[in-house]
Amino acid sequence: MGKYILGRILNMIPTLLIVAVIIFLITRMLPGNPAAVMLGPQASAEEIEVLTEKLGLNEPLYIQFFDYIGNLLQGNLGNSLTYNMPIIDLIMERFPNTVILAVSALLIAILVGVPAGIIAARKQNSIFDYAFTTFSLMGVSMPIFWLGIMLVLFFSVNLGWFPATGMGSMDEGIGDFISHLILPSIALATIPTAQFARITRSSMLEVISQDYVKTARSKGLHEFFVICKHAFKNALTPLLTVLGLQISSMLGGAVLTETIFSWPGIGLLIIDAIGKRDFVVVQNMVIFIALIYVVVNLLVDISYKLVNPRIKYSSGKGGTK
Amino acid sequence: MSTELLKVENLEVQFKSGSTVTKAVNGVSFTLNRKENIGIVGESGSGKSVTATSLLRLIPSPPGHISGGKILFEGKDLLTLSDKEMRDIRGNDISMIFQDPLTSLNPVFTVGDQIMESIKLHQKVSKKEAKQKAIQMLQLVGIPAPEKRLNMYPHEFSGGMRQRVMIAIALSCNPKLLIADEPTTALDVTVQAQILELMKKLQDEFNTSIIMITHDLGVVWEICHKVLVMYAGNVIEYGTVEEIHDHPMHPYTWGLLDSQITENIEDHEMLTTIPGSPPDLRQEIIGCPFAPRCSYSQDICFSKAPEMVEVKEKHFVACHFQTKENRLNRKERSTHARAVVKS
Repeated sequence: MGKYILGRILNMIPTLLIVAVIIFLITRMLPGNPAAVMLGPQASAEEIEVLTEKLGLNEPLYIQFFDYIGNLLQGNLGNSLTYNMPIIDLIMERFPNTVILAVSALLIAILVGVPAGIIAARKQNSIFDYAFTTFSLMGVSMPIFWLGIMLVLFFSVNLGWFPATGMGSMDEGIGDFISHLILPSIALATIPTAQFARITRSSMLEVISQDYVKTARSKGLHEFFVICKHAFKNALTPLLTVLGLQISSMLGGAVLTETIFSWPGIGLLIIDAIGKRDFVVVQNMVIFIALIYVVVNLLVDISYKLVNPRIKYSSGKGGTK
Repeated sequence: MSTELLKVENLEVQFKSGSTVTKAVNGVSFTLNRKENIGIVGESGSGKSVTATSLLRLIPSPPGHISGGKILFEGKDLLTLSDKEMRDIRGNDISMIFQDPLTSLNPVFTVGDQIMESIKLHQKVSKKEAKQKAIQMLQLVGIPAPEKRLNMYPHEFSGGMRQRVMIAIALSCNPKLLIADEPTTALDVTVQAQILELMKKLQDEFNTSIIMITHDLGVVWEICHKVLVMYAGNVIEYGTVEEIHDHPMHPYTWGLLDSQITENIEDHEMLTTIPGSPPDLRQEIIGCPFAPRCSYSQDICFSKAPEMVEVKEKHFVACHFQTKENRLNRKERSTHARAVVKS
């Protein structure tokens, strides 16, 4: 197990390196001189040239690349000129906001999606099951930008229940904080809720008719424990996979949700930075997000063993057996 | 304490799917005394497993539904009990082991957890005591190094060992009745014998009655006192093992006996089979359900269902041609059939 984890951690290095190369090339391929965009239309040719030199953009591509990788390996992410602060501080400032939104949305998705899926499986082919199937299909196919706007229109503009945008502050009291959090969390939770529910239903249906579920009943266990202990633990593996993907994608910044609700997380930061051609920020953010993905994936792979003792990890090139 | 442990009266079980109703069990009755074993035999689809599962009210519902009858366990009708009362009986007074030990243990919990679960549920004991009891049970069913084995998962055990674990779980609360649904079918022949031996030994120790569901008559002769022969959801013959073994009376039972592999079988001798296949239970059966496959059937067999008659003490048969006054063995039956045809 230890060997397996070590192997997986070593495996992260080439993955992240490849991401670094790709994102470096993409930011360099964007049309327009970043220096010119950053300085705005009023800037003189001289000013642009000074900034170009400062950013190192006049160097040959390979020199730029090695500088960049060299800094990266030293943990030096550099400074953002448009935000006027070190990128690491920028991440530290924005990432907690993304985490707050992600945790809140995940809680909704798990607390609603998983029980709904279990009930639908238990009551297969009932009216509840049909309604469930319809709503969960709607959920997974919902365009988030549209849903977000509708939520704002209805709950903020018409009813005036919740603020439309921004993030509340704990200084203003927990009420302010939560009321800002509700709408973006619902918007962000919609697709995962439906996904968790569908996965839970289908994998529960697979295990619910297994012999060991019958054994559990024949022991005299209450149906709740039969389903939620004996059946559910067996149905967890596919759910964990989807959960891992969702966690990574939420922590990597919910770009649409954060944009609609002006939530100051890393998703909004990236969109902002792309608009401002702050390629240093974009590059580093993308690598940061890639790091989140590989770490979460590793954690998910390790957690498989917790729910399914039959899984054996082989060291070396990773992967589960 | 009365000697009668279980009395099943006219048990009927149906499965509904859309507008079709499958009558899986159709009026099954039998009694079982304490420390007595009964074998329920019949081919696949005869309703033996459904009967057994219904006793614990464990048939999947919907689509299954116990549509009639009584299951009197120590005088209480199990069909009138609340869910809570029923759960108190399951695993405690009546427990069950299933056919396939590879799938009947939960793969994601340790064997120890699964044994202790029953003990903790029904006997208000501490975790430590439950563990002690689990170790003791594993020892009883012949699993070496039980302390170590307790923390292992089912996939680390062989098929025979897993069935031993199932038996340990089933007997952990000293049940009065053990329902064994083909407990040896999925096992190797040598392991089968060991498991049967173990069940016999433990029965003496725990004073448990056993309902043995099987299609292997050898198993029945080995451990049962009574036999219930089922066909298409009906009981067609019921009696003591001695009676059924020595004087079987229903043509279906004759067929079952003929299709057994015995030591006396000669080289190159063909095993006898019963021609045809069981009827479709979704359709109304008129007459004797076995009539289309019975080589002795007459007109009456196709028009009127035979009633269960006590042809001899403790021997019941559902056949038009077997009565108390006129019991026929197979040879006589053939002659009788020819005579009827001639007249």
